[in-house]
Amino acid sequence: MDYATLLQILDSTLRLATPLLLACLAGLFSERSGIFDIGLEGKMLMAAMCTGAAAYLSGSVWVGVLAGIAGSMVLAAIHGLASITFRGNQLISGVALNFIASGITVLAAQSLFRQGGRTPPLSGDARFNPIELPFAESAHAIPIIGPFYAEVLSGHTILVYIGLLCVPLTWWALFRTRFGLRLRAVGENPASVDTAGVSVIRLRFAAVAITGILCGLAGAYMAAGLQAGFGKEMTAGRGYIALAALIFAKWRPWYALMATLLFGFFQALALRPDVITRLFHFSIPVPALDAMPYILTVVVLAGFVGRAIPPRAGGEPYVKER
Amino acid sequence: MTQLPRWADVVLVPLISLLLAGAISAIVIWAIGESPWQALKTMVDGAVGSAYGWGYTLYYATSFIFTGLAVTVAFHASLFNIGGEGQAQLGGLGVALVCLALPWPHWTLALPAAMIGGALFGAAWAAIPAYLQARRGSHIVITTIMFNYIAAALIIYMLVSVLKPVGQMDPATARFPAGTHLPTLHEIPGFNLIFTKQVPANVSLFVALFACWLIWILLWRTRLGYEIRAFGRSEPAAKYAGISPFRVTMYAMLISGALAGLMSINNVMGESGRLVQNSAEGAGFIGIAVALMGRNHPIGVFLAAILFGFLYQGGAELGLWTSIPIELRTVVQGLVILFTGALDHMVRMFLGQFFRPRPLGVA
Amino acid sequence: MAATGTTSGRQDTAAPEGKAPAIELRGVSKAFGPVQANKDISIRVMPGTIHGIIGENGAGKSTLMSILYGFYKADAGEIFINGQKTDIPDSQAAIRAGIGMVFQHFKLVQNFTVLENVILGAEDGALLRPSLAKARRVLKELAKEYGLDVDPDEVIEELSVGHQQRVEILKALYRHADILILDEPTGVLTPDEADHLFRILRGLKEQGKTIILITHKLREIMEITDTVSVMRRGEMTATVKTAETDPEQLAELMVGRKVLLNVPKGPANPGRVILEVENLRVVDEDKVERVKGISFTIREGEIFGIAGVAGNGQSELLAVLGGIMPATGSIRLNGKDLDLTGRHSDGQSRRARGIAHVPEDRQHLGMIMDFTAWENMAFGYHNDPAYQKNALLMNNAAILEDSQGKMERFDVRPPIPTLAAKNFSGGNQQKIILAREIERNPDLLLVGQPTRGVDIGAIEFIHKRIVELRDAGKAVLLVSVELAEIMSLSDRIAVMFDGRIMGERMPEDTDERALGLLMAGVGGEGA
Repeated sequence: MDYATLLQILDSTLRLATPLLLACLAGLFSERSGIFDIGLEGKMLMAAMCTGAAAYLSGSVWVGVLAGIAGSMVLAAIHGLASITFRGNQLISGVALNFIASGITVLAAQSLFRQGGRTPPLSGDARFNPIELPFAESAHAIPIIGPFYAEVLSGHTILVYIGLLCVPLTWWALFRTRFGLRLRAVGENPASVDTAGVSVIRLRFAAVAITGILCGLAGAYMAAGLQAGFGKEMTAGRGYIALAALIFAKWRPWYALMATLLFGFFQALALRPDVITRLFHFSIPVPALDAMPYILTVVVLAGFVGRAIPPRAGGEPYVKER
Repeated sequence: MTQLPRWADVVLVPLISLLLAGAISAIVIWAIGESPWQALKTMVDGAVGSAYGWGYTLYYATSFIFTGLAVTVAFHASLFNIGGEGQAQLGGLGVALVCLALPWPHWTLALPAAMIGGALFGAAWAAIPAYLQARRGSHIVITTIMFNYIAAALIIYMLVSVLKPVGQMDPATARFPAGTHLPTLHEIPGFNLIFTKQVPANVSLFVALFACWLIWILLWRTRLGYEIRAFGRSEPAAKYAGISPFRVTMYAMLISGALAGLMSINNVMGESGRLVQNSAEGAGFIGIAVALMGRNHPIGVFLAAILFGFLYQGGAELGLWTSIPIELRTVVQGLVILFTGALDHMVRMFLGQFFRPRPLGVA
Repeated sequence: MAATGTTSGRQDTAAPEGKAPAIELRGVSKAFGPVQANKDISIRVMPGTIHGIIGENGAGKSTLMSILYGFYKADAGEIFINGQKTDIPDSQAAIRAGIGMVFQHFKLVQNFTVLENVILGAEDGALLRPSLAKARRVLKELAKEYGLDVDPDEVIEELSVGHQQRVEILKALYRHADILILDEPTGVLTPDEADHLFRILRGLKEQGKTIILITHKLREIMEITDTVSVMRRGEMTATVKTAETDPEQLAELMVGRKVLLNVPKGPANPGRVILEVENLRVVDEDKVERVKGISFTIREGEIFGIAGVAGNGQSELLAVLGGIMPATGSIRLNGKDLDLTGRHSDGQSRRARGIAHVPEDRQHLGMIMDFTAWENMAFGYHNDPAYQKNALLMNNAAILEDSQGKMERFDVRPPIPTLAAKNFSGGNQQKIILAREIERNPDLLLVGQPTRGVDIGAIEFIHKRIVELRDAGKAVLLVSVELAEIMSLSDRIAVMFDGRIMGERMPEDTDERALGLLMAGVGGEGA
């Protein structure tokens, strides 16, 4: 494989990893607070539809992003209501919301645009456009690093960079702020937070809201960055891959970046089966690459490669007891 | 929380949940500019208004009975099997391999063999998550989700690279031999008086009904069922009684996976006559809604499966005759799961206001 | 229990002129459903003292303290802090009022450092760095002042239990607590750690802090408190100066003079040895040693009673014999070893060997509350050939019929086998379990808390049945926290304390006071 091909693959790795990364960080906030969320998929899908529709109607991608976040937040609010307020089953709630999102996005898009459940193609300001990083053109001259900078790092949409920025930001919020301390505590031992006089319910709702925002960004990127418009089931299981990445990353932000880049790399490779064939002189079936994130996650879950220990209070509604 | 009388718990809670789901769906239909009343009428006409409609409704219901029972058995052991979809896909592979293995002379021979194939493959696909849960404490919900995707990838690989006949374009197996064709209701003497047109509902329906009865026997008439139910209610108590958590987890999940796999005799063998991609079409997931709605009882599962069969056939009719997209049924499915599974406390709290607290002690 | 006089000790602790009590409760009551956990409790705790609250398990001590810490809301009564009437609707209010609480089960985040745990909820701003720096400084001072040494950067799960407890105390002090409540603080400590804790508490007292120590251990009360209040069955029965009392008096106040239950019981006729336990050790899931090498034997035709305050290893002993927990050491039943760790250490194997088990926690272990009475009658015996129709199916009709007979013979009311277990009263649930276990005619019957939450009428019936089994030549191991029950039923009594048997007594040679002392870890020959 020549260097140019590698750069191409790395470039698409970054593009494909971004929605995974945003959704993974979204799940990180919720699960760190003790609320399991298998509804990342649904929230992304909802956000993608809202973004696609609002961006098309308003002509502004930013209006689209806001709409996407709003759509995702509605589902997050229902999840919070079911799992925090009414102490329902968090897993079932997540499954239910995924179905609701899967159906209602098509219903809404169809009734708005009558294009078979899609939103009309976005262009111009209704879509995120690539940003050339400074000196990208001239950097080509520098060997190895230059083309890497110009081809892989430069030329992505703003949300890619926002996604990358979210990693240190999440790390900082989680480990350097009061909110982060309390958030981590409430996911490990809500009683410790409660006896310290801090509201468990408010903390958890805050976490679920952040999950909503980040899933909103992930969905917005799907509809207005990765592709131009919303299409039926366009997230195609990315919410679940993000969930897998979250487990793979053991609920830590920098690991989440690495896990999503790895899973994005698999997706990028799956788009270029020719490269593998040339490289290894035999063909790895594309489905095997597709399944890779899931297989790796099961291996991690089984505890064969460093055990993944979820936040201790995860999935359990908090009931005050002495 | 007020304890509801048994009848309210069994009948009223699912009914209210269904009404809530229905009401919200009506609002959705109204919001997209259609008439909820017209929609309901179309669905009723299309799904249960004619024998032809029933032929489809029952076809869907057959699949849903299998997957609903699958989720039910796991639920009784307090295990949430979201992997019904993957297990059903693998079951389809098992059925296909059996059907293609021999030039079957008659369906009466092919069906039992295919059932074994489907059940074995489905069970095998549930076995790994079950083992990981029982021995290593890996959360079964997450592992079964992962296995759904691994199953999808595996099936694609098998269809594209292994089972696709030379020269065929679409990723699917060859057509099964004629001897594997299951009689549809239209082809069964007696039933053909009712079902005068060709319908997809086939003899698998009777297998499904038989499975309902069998699962009822299993859960309430056998030692294993007794152990499954006891373990599901209280793991510490089960240990006190000498019930092995490992054994119960494995058996419950194997049976669950086998049931999900069994549904493939309906869609793969009975309807399409070959294995195609995504053969289960989400029926594994609908099993969750069916089990929740059916209160984890085979009779409830049967009724809920009919209801969802109606929803699926009716939803398809909506797609044909109105401008309401077929995806409405996914929304209803999600709403039913939400209200019966996650917001059931809310429904109970609401109902609790209408029932005076019952004296706890009877003595 | 209303007959028990409430010896108000207010005069004893009357405030010196001008000094208001640090805490005063007036007429505090709290009920959970039908259970009156606290009845009209009044107490004054003077500043700068160590005030002990002693009572048996379930006497209402923890409930009272939870009210004080804003975890529960009292149904009636008033709270005064330093003479000011104070409402404590939540923990935040309690912290503001200067109350710090060290719970029996620590409220620490296991994977946080000491510093992080200390500042949680008491941070000085949105960023952690300044808070952590300040906490590090304060902790250093506190360590110097009170001997509360803990490495501030150590992760909690790496700390010993004693150090974890210090973190809890530090948490309270960091929040400027003037009143420190410790709930059963020594329950999880080694003797050395407990000594160290007491040194810390004395230091705190010297600095003017007020300390409330909740315990069931008489020795601790005598050793460290200035004043002691005794609780029994939700009531405050006495408050006395520690210097003016002695363990005997406290034991009596604590246990109460209960009406000795009259069990018609002839002399025991012990025969050959049924059960031999030798050097039995049990380590629980948290790797805490719960049973520390005990040995005893039980003969046929004998009721062996184990007295003790709950949580001293009796539950684990029952769990091992019943096949719920693994153990080391040796147990022989009818001369043959029991498997303690392997494939035959489960409940089914135990039943097959002739051990029947009436567990302490009938609602969570003994039965499935959602199951019907007849289903529960087969619980644990569902593999019995008599309950099977054929190789595949159970014979539900046979179980139902069997249950009907058992329910009638054990006077279960109502005698309706198809009713769900949760719909029976506590006493009738217990009778269902007893019927199931006793009618198996076991060689050894394990009985834990047979009459907990059971009405008087049923108590007599249950006792009679246990004695009948003994008279039929069977061995009975009885575990109860009710001394009266142990005294009236047992043919031989052992007292367990801290995982050990403190001594064996014959009921005719001892009395409740002597046993109460053993239960509190005072005296005894076993160690």
